[in-house]
Amino acid sequence: MLRYFLRRLFYAVPILIGVNLITFALFFMVNSPDDMARMQLGVKRVTPEAIQQWKAARGYDKPLFINDAAAGVQQVTDTIFFDKSMRLFAGEFGRSEDGREISQEIRQRMGPSLAIALPTFLIGLGLTISLALMLVLFRGTWLDRTGVVICVGLMSISSLFFIIGGQFVFARVLKLVPISGYESNPWTAWHFLILPVAVSIVASIGGSTRWYRTIFLEEIGRDYVRTARAKGLSDARVLFGHVLRNGLIPILTGVVVVIPSLFLGSLLVESFFGIPGLGSYTIDAIAAQDFAVVRAMVFLGSVLYLVGLILTDLSYTLVDPRIRLK
Amino acid sequence: MDPIDLLNILRDSLWVCLVTDALLWLLFAAFVLALVVILRSPLQRQVWRQVFQQRLAVVSAVILAVAASFALLDSIHFRQPLPALTDDPGAAESTQVRYAVEVNSVLDLLLRGLRSDYEKTYSAPLAVNLSALEPVTITLPDGDVEVRRESPRLKVAGQAFPPGPVSASVYWTDVATRIALGTVGGLVSFGILAFIGLALHRWRRLVTPSPYSHPVARRWTLITLGLIFVLVGVMTSLSNNFHVFGTDKVGQDVLYQVLKSLRTALVIGLVPTLVTLPIGVVLGLAAGYFRGKVDDVIQYVYTTVSAIPGVLLIAAAVLSIQVMLDNHPEWFATAVERGDVRLLALCIILGMTSWTGIARLLRGESLKMREYEYVQAARAFGVSAGRILLRHILPNVFPIILITMVMEFSTLVLAEAVLSYIGIGVDPTMFSFGLMINNARMELSREPVVWWTLTAAFIFMVVLVLAANILADAVRDALDPRSERPS
Repeated sequence: MLRYFLRRLFYAVPILIGVNLITFALFFMVNSPDDMARMQLGVKRVTPEAIQQWKAARGYDKPLFINDAAAGVQQVTDTIFFDKSMRLFAGEFGRSEDGREISQEIRQRMGPSLAIALPTFLIGLGLTISLALMLVLFRGTWLDRTGVVICVGLMSISSLFFIIGGQFVFARVLKLVPISGYESNPWTAWHFLILPVAVSIVASIGGSTRWYRTIFLEEIGRDYVRTARAKGLSDARVLFGHVLRNGLIPILTGVVVVIPSLFLGSLLVESFFGIPGLGSYTIDAIAAQDFAVVRAMVFLGSVLYLVGLILTDLSYTLVDPRIRLK
Repeated sequence: MDPIDLLNILRDSLWVCLVTDALLWLLFAAFVLALVVILRSPLQRQVWRQVFQQRLAVVSAVILAVAASFALLDSIHFRQPLPALTDDPGAAESTQVRYAVEVNSVLDLLLRGLRSDYEKTYSAPLAVNLSALEPVTITLPDGDVEVRRESPRLKVAGQAFPPGPVSASVYWTDVATRIALGTVGGLVSFGILAFIGLALHRWRRLVTPSPYSHPVARRWTLITLGLIFVLVGVMTSLSNNFHVFGTDKVGQDVLYQVLKSLRTALVIGLVPTLVTLPIGVVLGLAAGYFRGKVDDVIQYVYTTVSAIPGVLLIAAAVLSIQVMLDNHPEWFATAVERGDVRLLALCIILGMTSWTGIARLLRGESLKMREYEYVQAARAFGVSAGRILLRHILPNVFPIILITMVMEFSTLVLAEAVLSYIGIGVDPTMFSFGLMINNARMELSREPVVWWTLTAAFIFMVVLVLAANILADAVRDALDPRSERPS
């Protein structure tokens, strides 16, 4: 088990290097640092000196991969690639355009992101599984059919409309909750959180309910269900005792991969509701074309995804005794 | 407008073929080709007949076809000639015609009434007055002049009414007449077209039964088309005197904007598949079939790509391309061409980030299929790997490819809205649902509430995506025998 775990961690390294190469290519090879400098400085202040200064202040004036001017190890380490990409492995994210420490910022913003993402995830999962089970219990009836139609309808509505509509109805017209904002005290922040959480759940419920329904229906066609019925078990017993437990295997292993990424928060919800989390941080960085922050978030997102993959494999062994890791 | 006029304008103009125009028409040609193949094969006809036995699938297909025809009309671009400069003495001799920088499409010409004139600012659907208050000087009967704040009459809409306030009875009579006229017009033109269509269909059926020969399919096609014709008729006749969906902040007709957005949505929904398919299919099939080292490398590549959060990868790529386009303004003759290149880049980027799903799916399939007897037999006969993949495996995974592509369409259309909201979507000079939502998101907090832009974008987008989702479901049920059906 431990050996498997270590080996998976070891496999993650080349993937992260690949991720870094892709982002590096996007940020430094498609456009030279000169282009970025011109972009950031604006049309009026572009002079060769200003560009040099901008590059020097951010360490973009070094060669891309190999520094001929330096000696020994420095030939490799004193380059943009090493400075901007490889240092990410050590958790050194550098500074954003406005000069703040990115890692510091990430630590501060993780909390608010989790405050939205965790309740959304847990309540949403519970609600979705219950709804899917209900549809399966009433399969073939009008309830099931309308349920599926509603699911497809919800899937067809852009999440932007849920957010804008939710804000308009509940915050502006009914005035039940504040339109946007956040408090760091978790016990008083709940009235800021309730609408974003509800909106995120509604926006994603259609697709996942339909998916889980398919999973449960697949389980219902299995032989063990027929055996259980033949034994004379009631429909509810079969559903909750057998189908639910076996259907949870694909569901849980499917959702485990997103658990680490919950830290990243939700881009849209956070920016609409003014939550100072990592999602709105990313959006602001994209809007301000702050490449250092985007690079850091790409790296962080990839790391969390890979952690999710490893956790998925581990969770298989926990819920499915047929699987052994070697 | 006169069809002759239209043809004259088209004859004199400089044709502009944007890259996405070409791709959209290419996709259309591919679609027609696929239709011919389906109609020729008895097995395929059987499968598709199953799809079109479902009422909702038929309705969805018709709606998508109408949206596609709007998009195709919007994909024939040209630049109209400018009138010759008379004060230039050389102009008379030189045959050099100069063309406007503005690039128009056939759809623009058809919608010229909607496009040409702007109101001052917001106006509600079917309104004759502006939605904002403005100081108006009024001469009172006793000769005094008073300045009141009221909403003035619109410049373009409500021309059929005499100046001054419009009484409710006059207004509603006009609206009702126009709706009635539009309905009649729509029904008549639908009747003529349906008659021709059914006659053609009867003649064609003597040759080969089409998937559409099912009575459900025919009835619901006619019903949906009839409704759309009536709707178009009503909108056309109302548009002569009103803005059916109101106007936005700069006074532009919202109906025009949503109709123009259809093309962007279809380009975003379809063109990325041109990138996704070759990469995903080749890599997925190769990984499963060859296993070993090839599999390791391909798995490494797609794990790496899918490890990067999709939005961030798209953001990074779009930002890079934006910097590149901004630094090279000399590449493009017109703003439309620039926007088009950015749209194409966005499509390529979306394609590059979404091929991992289908590659993973096809890898599993070809891993399984390479052990099937007929594949093993082919291998034993010494058939080359490429030929086995092309002749024996690819046709069998074709339903999976098709289903994935149809399902991807709605995902992509929805993604466009989000990306445009974040500011990494289509060029701000273009029309798209995402840009409309983005521009309108603060309007709900205005006083009085401006709800029509969002509502129009919402209705059109939901209908488009819902139709795509329903059709995708029907196609999946018919093509994938393993997919569940409620027991």
